[in-house]
Amino acid sequence: MRRFQFWLACLALAAVSPVHAQDRLDVVASFSILGDFVRNVGGDRVNVTTLVGPNGDVHVYTPAPADAKKIADAKLVVINGLGLEGWLPRLVQSAGSKAPIIIAAKGITPLKIGSAADPHAWQSVANAKMYIANIRDALDAADPADAEVFRANAERYLAKLDALDREVRLAVAQIPESRRKVISTHDAFGYFAASYGIAFIAPLGVSTESEASARDIAGIITQIRHSNIPAVFLENVSDDRLIRRIAAETGARIGGTLYSDSLTDEKGDAPTYIDMVRHNIKALTSALAN
Amino acid sequence: MLYDALIAPFTEFEFMRRALAAVVALALGGAPIGVFLMLRRMSLVGDAMAHAILPGAAIGFLLSGLNLFAMTTGGLIAGFTVAILAGVVSRTTELKEDASLATFYLVSLALGVTIVSIKGTNIDLLHVLFGNILAMDDPTLLVIAANATITLIVLALIYRPLVIESVDPVFLRTVSRAGAPAHLAFLALVVINLVNGFQTLGTLLAVGLMILPAGIARFWSRDITGMICIAVASAVVSGYAGLVLSFQTRVPSGPAIILVAAALYVASVLFGSVSGLIRQLFPGRHLEA
Repeated sequence: MRRFQFWLACLALAAVSPVHAQDRLDVVASFSILGDFVRNVGGDRVNVTTLVGPNGDVHVYTPAPADAKKIADAKLVVINGLGLEGWLPRLVQSAGSKAPIIIAAKGITPLKIGSAADPHAWQSVANAKMYIANIRDALDAADPADAEVFRANAERYLAKLDALDREVRLAVAQIPESRRKVISTHDAFGYFAASYGIAFIAPLGVSTESEASARDIAGIITQIRHSNIPAVFLENVSDDRLIRRIAAETGARIGGTLYSDSLTDEKGDAPTYIDMVRHNIKALTSALAN
Repeated sequence: MLYDALIAPFTEFEFMRRALAAVVALALGGAPIGVFLMLRRMSLVGDAMAHAILPGAAIGFLLSGLNLFAMTTGGLIAGFTVAILAGVVSRTTELKEDASLATFYLVSLALGVTIVSIKGTNIDLLHVLFGNILAMDDPTLLVIAANATITLIVLALIYRPLVIESVDPVFLRTVSRAGAPAHLAFLALVVINLVNGFQTLGTLLAVGLMILPAGIARFWSRDITGMICIAVASAVVSGYAGLVLSFQTRVPSGPAIILVAAALYVASVLFGSVSGLIRQLFPGRHLEA
């Protein structure tokens, strides 16, 4: 009798758990930072998978069949937009997915680099709040039953972002104005620079794909020498030899790693968006504030 | 004025001096290898070998993460393995060298892609593994110089059998057994010069400074020694002029070097003293007895 009860319990569990899992909304996010946003808004009501994982480079990503499968199974696809994921539209098409595609950067006025939009909008916390609002609305539309939960989660997270924004402004205020300039490997911090008033100069263009010319490098070295730029920074998604060479040649110090396009895994410095911004601002202030 | 354009970039910036040193080392090692590749009709082999290097780099990555030394060593081992296997198969069976090499490099490439996807990362390995001529740090520069030195020494040792085999393999087989070892040593040299090319010009153009100077030399000389000297000289000139071009315009350095070499090549096709087009149209007067 006891054994029968045990099996009955197992049966009940087996019957219940898949239903429970189906209850969750399957969402695919194109890269780790968006994945973190969706996880924060969706909480335990969503299942988030990211295509480009921690420390991956979203500019030059090559999708695998497993990615097409993830997209085909998803109820909602969240992408950054602004030309960041050039490889994604074809992937969605070939996966035969009917899931709506949400552009998280919708409504943000893009900065221009040349004629193209700069996609790295999330580097400004104010923009991140727009991302959260867009993601919340998309989740609401996809799963109206849980709308209350999403709204409450988003509210809580937005409050955290407000606090983060204040924190960054306070930290930047401590850096003397003449020292608010740094070099980083690719042009990922345009929005950060515009919001918080630290100038960033980068040898690679806006995408990690391009190659620098001798003229670009010479220009940067001259600029560092002339305007006494105190520090250069590495990024987790780019080859750092070029930046190390520039540092060696100018005597600027290497201020550590900035996280631009990708979070790290759980053990790293920046497993979540908020950690990432905190890490970056800490690295900047410690390198620039004498 | 001329000083500003041609010399000042190198006196003012250390990275330009390092780039020049790298490109001279690359030319000294790569151009002679290119001449032999051309004479043996193996000009496209370099590109095939470049793909063969991937699995070694991938295994190095699996074992020790993004460690340049481990990945370069892995790449060298994979390249040697493919070169030697292909050489052995083409010497012992009926299959020709190009076919056996194509087979091995495809197998190697497939293995490499598999290994990388098992690890489940999307970092472009070849992008990380191989650098940029403007970012020469000390270890990279030493590796390039060492590879060029090894190339020249080994080439001096195997020069006679290699030359004879390039022009008359059947004759060599009747007088000596040095053909096979010389051939394998030569393939190994191809691999280490490929690694040099990767470090300086990037994956796509790695073979550029091996093959183009050899093509140029073919139009100016009929004997091998002359060809090698001209090839090395034109490689050095292309490297220097390419760096200056990249400094004065916004062309990335790797492509700039290859484009200068390509311009020299076109000029040689037109005006070369050996079978150049203009020379063929207006042949000089025949000597009369």
